[in-house]
Amino acid sequence: MWEYVTERADLVAFQAFQHVSLVVQCVLLGSLIGVAVAVLVYRSPKATALANGASAVGLTIPAFALLGVLLTPFGFGITPAVIAVTFYAALPVLRNAVVGLAGVDRSLVESARGIGMSRMRTLLRVELPLAWPVVLAGVRVSTQMVMGIAAIAAYVLGPGLGGFIFSGLSRLGGANAVNSTLTGTIAIVLLALVLDLLLVLAGRLTTSRGIRV
Amino acid sequence: MSEATSAPPAGTVGSGDRHISGVAIRLDGVTKRYPGQDHPAVDDVTLEIAAGETVMFVGPSGCGKTTLLKMLNRLIEPSSGRIHLGDEDVTDQDADQLRRRIGYVIQAGGLFPHMTVATNIGMVPRMLKWDKQRIAERVDELLDLVGLDPAVYRDRYPRELSGGQQQRVGVARALAADPPVLLMDEPFGAVDPITRQRLQDELLRIQEELGKTIVFVTHDFDEAVKLGDKIVVFDVGARVVQYDTPERILAEPAEDYVADFVGAGATLKQLTLTRVGDVDLMQVTTATVGSDSAQVVAAAQAAGDGFVVVLDRRGRPISWPTVAELARTTTVPDTVDERLPVVGLRSTLNDALDTMLAASQGGVVVTSRRGGLAGVMAVETVMAAIQRTRTEVAG
Repeated sequence: MWEYVTERADLVAFQAFQHVSLVVQCVLLGSLIGVAVAVLVYRSPKATALANGASAVGLTIPAFALLGVLLTPFGFGITPAVIAVTFYAALPVLRNAVVGLAGVDRSLVESARGIGMSRMRTLLRVELPLAWPVVLAGVRVSTQMVMGIAAIAAYVLGPGLGGFIFSGLSRLGGANAVNSTLTGTIAIVLLALVLDLLLVLAGRLTTSRGIRV
Repeated sequence: MSEATSAPPAGTVGSGDRHISGVAIRLDGVTKRYPGQDHPAVDDVTLEIAAGETVMFVGPSGCGKTTLLKMLNRLIEPSSGRIHLGDEDVTDQDADQLRRRIGYVIQAGGLFPHMTVATNIGMVPRMLKWDKQRIAERVDELLDLVGLDPAVYRDRYPRELSGGQQQRVGVARALAADPPVLLMDEPFGAVDPITRQRLQDELLRIQEELGKTIVFVTHDFDEAVKLGDKIVVFDVGARVVQYDTPERILAEPAEDYVADFVGAGATLKQLTLTRVGDVDLMQVTTATVGSDSAQVVAAAQAAGDGFVVVLDRRGRPISWPTVAELARTTTVPDTVDERLPVVGLRSTLNDALDTMLAASQGGVVVTSRRGGLAGVMAVETVMAAIQRTRTEVAG
């Protein structure tokens, strides 16, 4: 297998880069969407319940099914892959952001308003920074999850390491089929670990010393 | 707007014409109705608070006193009625702008845990677009004012402070932009009794210096008597039952309701009316850290004192060893007695008695405004005061 990888080092490296690039961009976009939706709903118990329900249902949709549905309007290629990966990336962040924002001590919000901070300033300077560790935990879950989902996106000819897995599976029994599948799988696991480590580091750097545990 | 009214501060102890930076507050038929409730939470309250006075809101829980307080800075919008600050009608002003001119202190200080002490205190000046240099100077000045060393505490986070220290920072933050009015919502409710008493003393000292208009909500009647120039006793719907000086509320409760609220032990409550500074204090032999023990012992024996109060180099009392203890040393030791009972001149006799009991001592060391020694008070002095009030009540 080592031989298999070294012979295709350039291709493996390229697809690994594509895979990580897809995941990172989609997680960023998904996190923004997740936090934005959470900010819109967390003050209302009804909207919160709706958002939580939607994210629970969303996570039960099989990735294959979603990609299949997206094929009709968007065809093969990068667009359905990005939409699907972003969709799954947003859900855990949404859930955690709602929990994080709802968990901010109400007396602190009142104190912020009481000294003359506007709604927006209270959100940006007090609520989001305090909810940040919980939001970040959601981003970590998201990243791990969509590393796998991005592999499935190769089914619609999206970029990334999924290509190795699918081509291996389709040639099962043939030469290098197992090597191909294993290469894709192991590379994804390793990259997921590296990304998680980077996120932990980012968490240390971006969480105030006053609330670090 | 800081020079608005000049009504003399009624019922204040101390110098007659003190500096006033507060403004008057006038409530005119202020009402708060919540949808779906039969009775208004606050029903048509008309109240005038003079500039530079500390007014205490007391009453049972749910009587609407906190709601009324929060309508002053419009955290809760009144359903009807007008609110005036000085000569200004602020009922329809931009609420955020208004709140930057009104200090607000809540229980445990309401400090933002993810910001340092300096950032917390500088929050309002930053919103008012002060420059960095000015904010930094103001932060240090305020930390000094509330009795925290700026060099030590400036860069700490709230969780690295004790409850009492957090509360001090909370007060400093409220005072940051020098607002004429300070609203305090049960600020000292979450600290232990001894710390609470110290914080109350601090507040009295700060208020004597600054002369703000303070509105203070509490459920503790002793606290109201100690801190208030005036007390408002509320019943349900924020009905003003009595609005008067602590002395008069204790002496002539307007209704049975007030008498009940003041409590059965009202004769002993007179202890909260007498300040430590109002009674004669004993002067004792003092010694500065590092001076020759033998000389101090000789001086104490000549004066007939059984103990000596040791002062640190800034003149603050740190311990009170007996003459026998001191005789065993060569120079006066600099050990700080953590259990040394200390009260301020503005503390009440009630506080002094509490402090003695908590420390199991027969006396307390009394400090003056800046922390220097003012004298020593013995438990007998408190007893004499109790005897006196009891005879007065009986006669």
